[in-house]
Amino acid sequence: MRRFSWFNTVSLTLGFTFLYLPMVLLVFYSFNESRLVTVWAGFSTKWYGELLRDQAFLDAAWVTVKVAVFSSTLATILGTMAAYVLVRAGRFHGRTLFSGMIYAPLVMPEVITGLALLLLFIGINLDRGVFTIVLAHTTFAMCYVSVVVSSRLTTFDRSLEEAALDLGCSPFEAFRLVTLPIIAPAVISGWLLAFTLSLDDLVIASFTTGPSATTLPIKIFSAVRLGVSPQINALSTIMIAIVTIGVITASILTKRAAVAQKRDEQAAIRAE
Amino acid sequence: MAQTVFAPWTDPAQKPIIEFRNVTKTFGDFTAIHDLSLNIYEREFFALLGPSGCGKTTMMRMLAGFETATSGDIFLSGKDIGHVPPNQRPVNMMFQSYALFPHLSVWDNIAFGLRRESKDKNFIGDRVEEMLRLTRLTKFARRKPHQISGGQRQRVALARSLAKAPKLLLLDEPLGALDRKLREQTQFELMDIQEKTGTTFVIVTHDQEEAMTVASRIAVMDEGNLVQVATPAEIYEAPNSVYVADFIGDVNIIEGRATQPGTKIGIAWAEGQPPILATPAKSVEAGQSLHFAIRPEKVTIDTERPDRPNTFRGKVIDIAYLGNISTYHVELAGGQMIKAQMVNARRLANRHITWEDEVWVGFTDTAGVVLEE
Repeated sequence: MRRFSWFNTVSLTLGFTFLYLPMVLLVFYSFNESRLVTVWAGFSTKWYGELLRDQAFLDAAWVTVKVAVFSSTLATILGTMAAYVLVRAGRFHGRTLFSGMIYAPLVMPEVITGLALLLLFIGINLDRGVFTIVLAHTTFAMCYVSVVVSSRLTTFDRSLEEAALDLGCSPFEAFRLVTLPIIAPAVISGWLLAFTLSLDDLVIASFTTGPSATTLPIKIFSAVRLGVSPQINALSTIMIAIVTIGVITASILTKRAAVAQKRDEQAAIRAE
Repeated sequence: MAQTVFAPWTDPAQKPIIEFRNVTKTFGDFTAIHDLSLNIYEREFFALLGPSGCGKTTMMRMLAGFETATSGDIFLSGKDIGHVPPNQRPVNMMFQSYALFPHLSVWDNIAFGLRRESKDKNFIGDRVEEMLRLTRLTKFARRKPHQISGGQRQRVALARSLAKAPKLLLLDEPLGALDRKLREQTQFELMDIQEKTGTTFVIVTHDQEEAMTVASRIAVMDEGNLVQVATPAEIYEAPNSVYVADFIGDVNIIEGRATQPGTKIGIAWAEGQPPILATPAKSVEAGQSLHFAIRPEKVTIDTERPDRPNTFRGKVIDIAYLGNISTYHVELAGGQMIKAQMVNARRLANRHITWEDEVWVGFTDTAGVVLEE
């Protein structure tokens, strides 16, 4: 039996070419010997070595990681709290307005969010730098976290919390010992989402940064304006590798957990 | 050796462990519980029985502390618990969904409540092992809830709620998720465990057979009111209303009018038919309209006229064969249907009553209940 008709084959090829050709080219030219990006002069890894010796890139990478870790952690805490209240508080006056306001930043143009934050920081006379980028990233990542966590919480069996209360937990203990461990996967994926968003944000970071703090996307963007160097290709290749490894690891872990659960359930059925 | 019957509710010197005093609970416009008073005594296995929406779950949630009464008071061992939060009540609950903590092992689930109040590792360990033995779960202590069967989960939920030795255990439809065979077996296990631990159990159920099997007393509820609170036998044999008679078991209800009042009365129920002879619980006036309720198993069916106080002629319309028993639907004069139940002592081929047969139904003058309404 033929699995693919010619039409399917063509669609598949076109689609994937469209998606991945730019990236393949980028990775390919990162191993180029020549300084000219579009002229192939033989295989080399020298741009990777040069990248590691470039202090400005390393500094930018460090700033980016710092910002991403702090802002995603902060966003996760705030976003989880917001999701918990909105899902649990039941129907109170203005609930729809509040939940709408939580989700509004999702569709807000980044330029506007960035500009608004910039005006705020100038208004309260806050020195711009790592701290202000962290605040800005927390602001927009928080709503993504709260979307992820609240979708988990709506399917959460409330009687689990009641059982914890019934067995002697204070409401906070019930959250810490029962709710949080159970929704942990959603909280972690919210954190990962916030981390990735912070990692590749250019617009908001450019608005809210100061002279002391340059993130990797800002650095790449400004470097590219002076001409694309193979170093940038190397850097991008590393970023693609990190993301790919992360995604593959996450999916393997999920799949293994699912397989283990299925095996356990079958064991339970046999035990009956 | 004569055994004293367990009936603390008949003894005025007994103090109830739970006392509902004029409790009302409203949710917005909806009244879930309507000015209800009820006493439950120590070591009782008390069943709240009713259709869904009758308020039985609300009663239980008020006992657990998840709901507060709109008005009225609830006492536990003489102490007002109206505003005590659930984590400070000596009451534990077994949830309908079991609500086992999926991230904890069976052992840790059972230890969960104990760890909240005690730091003593040995005490906790001993108590958990004891609970595991009581519920026959020792083999599964290290498993997670999703690795065990439904019946085992149900036992973990029971062990977890009993671990803290509560004064009162609440069971919310505890056997609803089990299949019939396992449910019946578990009912006896529950009774056994209740007797062993001496805990007062309050069970919420909509399954009347379950309530009849396990309970020392049953409260039949309807729309936020208690209709009847009595032992299973009383509820079955002497229901106080058509609602109770109809809700518990199968019943024939015949409407009529009292003739010749006295200790034995007649009930005129159809034109040109002899009245039904019955014994009312309290005196009734002549001409009063009544309901006569009689259980199908108290009605006999014969081909020849039997020697019984009440005999009526009818025609077999339908036969429901259930294996051990058969229920005959007999149409009496005037179109009144009556169900008669007979034990199938003989094998099917030897039975002589069949569809369309003219038969006699009969019952004694004390078999039925006379209900005013």
